[in-house]
Amino acid sequence: MAASPVQISRLGGIGAATLVVALIAAALGAVAWRAEGGYSLGPADWAAVRFTLWQAFLSALISVALAVPVARALARRRFVGRGVLIALLGAPFILPVIVAVLGILAVFGRGGWVNQLLGHWGFEPLSIYGLGGVLLAHVFFNLPLATRLILQGWQGIPAERFRLAAQLGLTPRIVFRVLEWPVLLRVVPGALALIFVICLASFAVALTLGGGPRATTIELAIYQAFLFDFDLGRAAMLSLMQLGMAGAAAVLALWLVPQVSLTGGMGRMVRRWDAPTGVLRWVDAALIALAAAFLLVPLLSVVLSGLPGITALPANVFRAAWSSIWVSCVSVCVLLALALPMAGWIGTSRRGGVEAAGLLGFAASPLMIGTGWFILIYPYVAPSSLALPVTALVNALMALPFALRILVPGVRDVVAAQGRLSAALGLRGWRLWLWVILPGVRPQVGFAAGLAAALSMGDLGVIALFADQDHATLPLQMYRLMGAYQMQAAAGAALLLILLAFGAFWICDAWGRRGAVSE
Amino acid sequence: MKPIHLAAGVLAATVATTAQAETPVLTVYTYDSFVSDWGPGPVIEKAFEEVCDCDLQFVGTGDGAALLARVKLEGARSDADVVLGLDTNLTAAATATGLFAPHSVDVAYDVPMEWTDPNFVPFDWGYFAFVYNDGISPPKNFRELADSDLKIVIQDPRSSTPGLGLLMWVKAAYGDEAPAIWADLADKIVTVTKGWSESYGLFLEGEADMALSYTTSPAYHLIAEEDATKHAAPFSEGHYLQVEVAGKLANSDQPELADKFLEFMVTDAFQSAIPTTNWMYPAVTPKDGLPEGFETLITPETALLVPSDDAPALRDEALQEWLQALSK
Repeated sequence: MAASPVQISRLGGIGAATLVVALIAAALGAVAWRAEGGYSLGPADWAAVRFTLWQAFLSALISVALAVPVARALARRRFVGRGVLIALLGAPFILPVIVAVLGILAVFGRGGWVNQLLGHWGFEPLSIYGLGGVLLAHVFFNLPLATRLILQGWQGIPAERFRLAAQLGLTPRIVFRVLEWPVLLRVVPGALALIFVICLASFAVALTLGGGPRATTIELAIYQAFLFDFDLGRAAMLSLMQLGMAGAAAVLALWLVPQVSLTGGMGRMVRRWDAPTGVLRWVDAALIALAAAFLLVPLLSVVLSGLPGITALPANVFRAAWSSIWVSCVSVCVLLALALPMAGWIGTSRRGGVEAAGLLGFAASPLMIGTGWFILIYPYVAPSSLALPVTALVNALMALPFALRILVPGVRDVVAAQGRLSAALGLRGWRLWLWVILPGVRPQVGFAAGLAAALSMGDLGVIALFADQDHATLPLQMYRLMGAYQMQAAAGAALLLILLAFGAFWICDAWGRRGAVSE
Repeated sequence: MKPIHLAAGVLAATVATTAQAETPVLTVYTYDSFVSDWGPGPVIEKAFEEVCDCDLQFVGTGDGAALLARVKLEGARSDADVVLGLDTNLTAAATATGLFAPHSVDVAYDVPMEWTDPNFVPFDWGYFAFVYNDGISPPKNFRELADSDLKIVIQDPRSSTPGLGLLMWVKAAYGDEAPAIWADLADKIVTVTKGWSESYGLFLEGEADMALSYTTSPAYHLIAEEDATKHAAPFSEGHYLQVEVAGKLANSDQPELADKFLEFMVTDAFQSAIPTTNWMYPAVTPKDGLPEGFETLITPETALLVPSDDAPALRDEALQEWLQALSK
């Protein structure tokens, strides 16, 4: 690939990346500095490292492998409710962990719907607890994300290509080879790395569905080191390992794999002439239906169990909801301020390795970041007065890897398509951003902002470390309700949380897609 | 903003600050569910502020273990005057920090053990127990549980106080036989959760026949929900006791107020809020007795408790055994 035709100032991107790395390094440094003992890891820690790596690897592989056919079916078919379905695909991802686990268990658990059906037909009940349960939950969370990422890649293929392919009478197989396969090569490594990193940080899901201490992940070991043993040295070492593994995965996926870019089209509506008819049509339909059922039925159970509680929610739950909305708005702003310059930088450079810096945001344990920053700010301000801003910032860091994964390919395409013209017209700086890049990546900005808003809404994150009576977010308030035996009200709060998170996601995503030129 | 308004604003702010400076602030660190709107925090704050002429501020920090970690992190310069919500598994480690000062409370406690700790005052207590629904025949001890076909859900001792309680319960009851008991129990455990809320939620959803909780849990369902179908299973080994305590920090800038709070803590105004907000037994039974419904609860004949000085070493040993038994 030739040097990028446009020059986007790298300063903003470098600044943002440095800030992210500095935020994480400062927290890690603070924890290590306060450590009194040594920095050694025991055999149990190594077992946790092995299990974490293995389950994250499998989760990423299965999620992406299943996402490819689902995304292909969705890309080729147009049907009523397709837009809603694609938007709903974002939903599992944004559920608070405990809600998602209860939803999954309502369907696949010991007393779940699947086992009730099996029992009805006289089969032995299935137990999902174990590695299988961990993978099931991680695929539930990440299959939709992988599907969206791949779908987005394919939808970026200019309509002219498909038209030409149709005129040449290419079979679906050849269309796959010449048009879809190269895009897949570009999207899949990043999606694998992203999901691998998400699953590295898993704790409550892995423990609960893994059936016990066999399913101890690094995150749980970090938790234990902090709270059970108060061994800050070990906590810092484990955090460092977690970051190292995420970094290695990111470098493997993003650095070694070359970035391909397609030349632009006219931005017409894509029509898939290659979509086969007949039996294959039903195969596509079945794939979409299966994936939708797998993702939406647990969600439905959460909605159903929340309905009785939502009408009688106490006022403080709504106050907490306001806090969550505020946190969510702030973290979207922070996220875009960090992600756009970074995406501009990465999108115009040849290798994507810098994106690794973004991935670190998710790989850093929230407990480590929270404790590290607690140590740093404690001498100067009361941590509880910063509870909401710190939560918003940490949430933005968490959403950064998703935002980059979504934005970078978009920026690459815009630069490839419009770069030469922009350079010839002498567009630079903010004009280039405002007139060329931002309109071009509007769908990606919308999707990224929506994910960030929803993630931030549903994340318990660091708030529990900092909160007092007056600064509770909705997820924290939901946990408090559960802690006070009020499971029905908690289910109602969870439903409210889903509505808010999904609403925020929908608003941002729809804004992006309305302006989309390729749909 | 017009200058006159600005001036008024500054004046108001000054008055507010002065007023604040005159009211001493007592900062109490506690676990999160204590300060929640459904916990004892709000009631107790109101009751204490009526008598103390001060501003009582609760700060919530995760659970009991997070509370001790927070105090250790802040060290001697902590703003906290009182730490409320540690239990006897943690008091030895808390005392070892040297951050806590002796208390001066001297009352007759209704705690099922002799209380002699010079630094910590108990404010409530409870027994761990397995809670079940009507319709099953509950096991009478751990061995019967191991032989039954019941499924239980428990908490991870590394991230949860009740989880640690169960670990100590089996250890206190069976000593060196504890690993064998855990090995027998392994296939009865549906899963292990991060905290109490998750397991209790799974139990209520029907994922398990019994969940590790407290003997007082059925009281919540009976009193708040008028549901008499939940019971705690009495175990013949005895039940492990959790005693929750509070202590004064040596570096408190309000030592007298802190003492006053600890004194207040064992009076009726505080203690009568405990049974139906924290769903535990009060450390000093209020004059009016326990709320109606508590008389239906099981009362274990034997209270098990590892002395707090032995707890840290025994805890680490028991954790290793537990991990080994359940990781097979």
